[in-house]
Amino acid sequence: MTTPAVSIQALHKNFGSVQALKGIDLEIEQGEFFGLLGPNGAGKSTLINALAGLTRPTSGSLKIMGHDVITNYLEARRRLGVVPQEVVFDPFFSVREALIFQSGYFGLTKNDLWVDELLDTLRLTDKADANMRSLSGGMKRRVLIAQALVHKPLVVVLDEPTAGVDVELRKSLWRFVQSLHKSGHTIVLTTHYLEEAETLCDRIGIIDHGKLITLESKQELMSRGLGQKLTVSSNSPLPDVPTELQRKIVNASEFQLELRLRREQDSVIDILDQLRAANFQIDDIGVETDSLEDIFVQLTSEQAL
Amino acid sequence: MIGCYTLFKKEMARFGKVWFQTVLSPIVTAMLYLMVFSQVLEGRVEVFDGISYTEFLIPGLLMMTVIQNAFANSSSSLIQSKTLGNLLFILVAPISTLQIFLAYTAAAVARGLIVGLGVLLIALLYVEVPVYNFGIIMLFAISSSAVLGALGIIAGIWADKFDQMAAFQNFIIVPLSFLSGVFYSIHSLSGIWQTLSHFNPFLYMIDGFRYGFFGTSDVPVGTSFAVVIVSLTVLSAICYRIIDTGYKLRQ
Repeated sequence: MTTPAVSIQALHKNFGSVQALKGIDLEIEQGEFFGLLGPNGAGKSTLINALAGLTRPTSGSLKIMGHDVITNYLEARRRLGVVPQEVVFDPFFSVREALIFQSGYFGLTKNDLWVDELLDTLRLTDKADANMRSLSGGMKRRVLIAQALVHKPLVVVLDEPTAGVDVELRKSLWRFVQSLHKSGHTIVLTTHYLEEAETLCDRIGIIDHGKLITLESKQELMSRGLGQKLTVSSNSPLPDVPTELQRKIVNASEFQLELRLRREQDSVIDILDQLRAANFQIDDIGVETDSLEDIFVQLTSEQAL
Repeated sequence: MIGCYTLFKKEMARFGKVWFQTVLSPIVTAMLYLMVFSQVLEGRVEVFDGISYTEFLIPGLLMMTVIQNAFANSSSSLIQSKTLGNLLFILVAPISTLQIFLAYTAAAVARGLIVGLGVLLIALLYVEVPVYNFGIIMLFAISSSAVLGALGIIAGIWADKFDQMAAFQNFIIVPLSFLSGVFYSIHSLSGIWQTLSHFNPFLYMIDGFRYGFFGTSDVPVGTSFAVVIVSLTVLSAICYRIIDTGYKLRQ
């Protein structure tokens, strides 16, 4: 059995009386592309900061490739690259200087070839000698990614790397992260863009109110039976909805009806038959499978109840 | 140790990039003090037998410049890095607590010595200063700037805002360095002020440093060195503790 890339056990973190993390247990295997989702203030960044050693846990343990982030922090940090959520930079230095210094912090003295490769891959070569202050927000974010990768870490944690970046850059960052994953890096991604997690991640954990409320593969999560949305439209006013279908109504107007179907219990054909039997004149139908966003909203709102 | 050395190099590069402010400016300030005080007091005051006031003043001014700049280097670097958030690059790296302490302190010592050397070279154009024991001069210069470098680390980590740092500098560092016998011998002070001066650790740094030039001092040089070493040990222990526990650095 291989050592998990990330192993978190019974992790608690309190800020005064606020319990930010309430007993997180999580293992991420080597080579996984793991997505960590959750609403604002759910505890995602606290969890990432605890992994990076920026937050000291109140109790519990965190390991990177089998190395405890507190007791064996030097070894753990050598195997971890963190792209922070905030765009931070050192205004004294150029892009290349920042990357060379970061390499040195990780014990690497002759890292120019890899630094050049990173600059090229992240389209920063022409800005290599520019001061960090002169870069756009998107460029600074790409430098942050390069800084996290100077030591070729086995585990790469990206804390909302595409927050506030334009669509083109977001797509190019996705391609870059996917290429990192293909080359064997374990990727842990936190994001607000559920489309991002849906496109990229193999397995998804949803954290809310400091607890991991869901931990499943993307396929499992998408097929939880949350189902589909059936929209029925008519050119003439719709009659009353049959009693047995009323609990499925999401939205109803004079000419349109929206029903939520549970994937494993409801058949679209059967529902349409029941509507026709109730004298519905159906002119158009639409079936929309729940997105990860719908599942996310449903799960986190269940948690809030 | 590569991480430690890189952090040291980064700190050197940081103040080197703004050398006008970090090196030239304190040299000019020290020279202004030297010109004004020597102009006013030369020939009127003789602190040590056979030593002119300007000669007496130069080691004190040198040491004051060295320790103030050592403090400024570590404290300003840390509070800037904290405020801008880029301290994160060091905090996520495999650099040990001791290595972080050593890198910041060594850079503070280096800046103190570079600025001190600049002041000395210009002062030598002004008046010739005797050297009694170069080893003692360097011993006090390095150990004293290390004390202030360590104090700067503590202040830089403790201060949340730049005005807290300015208060630390203006209400602790500057008064203690001015009232440490830079401009006078403590024997010229009356009773209570002379007694109080002995509680100022900066007095021992400057007095011991001056001994290296003239071979005479207000306080026995051994006592001065012992006070500097005890100060360095205590402050280094505090530094190590606060970096290791992540006080105001790691949540």
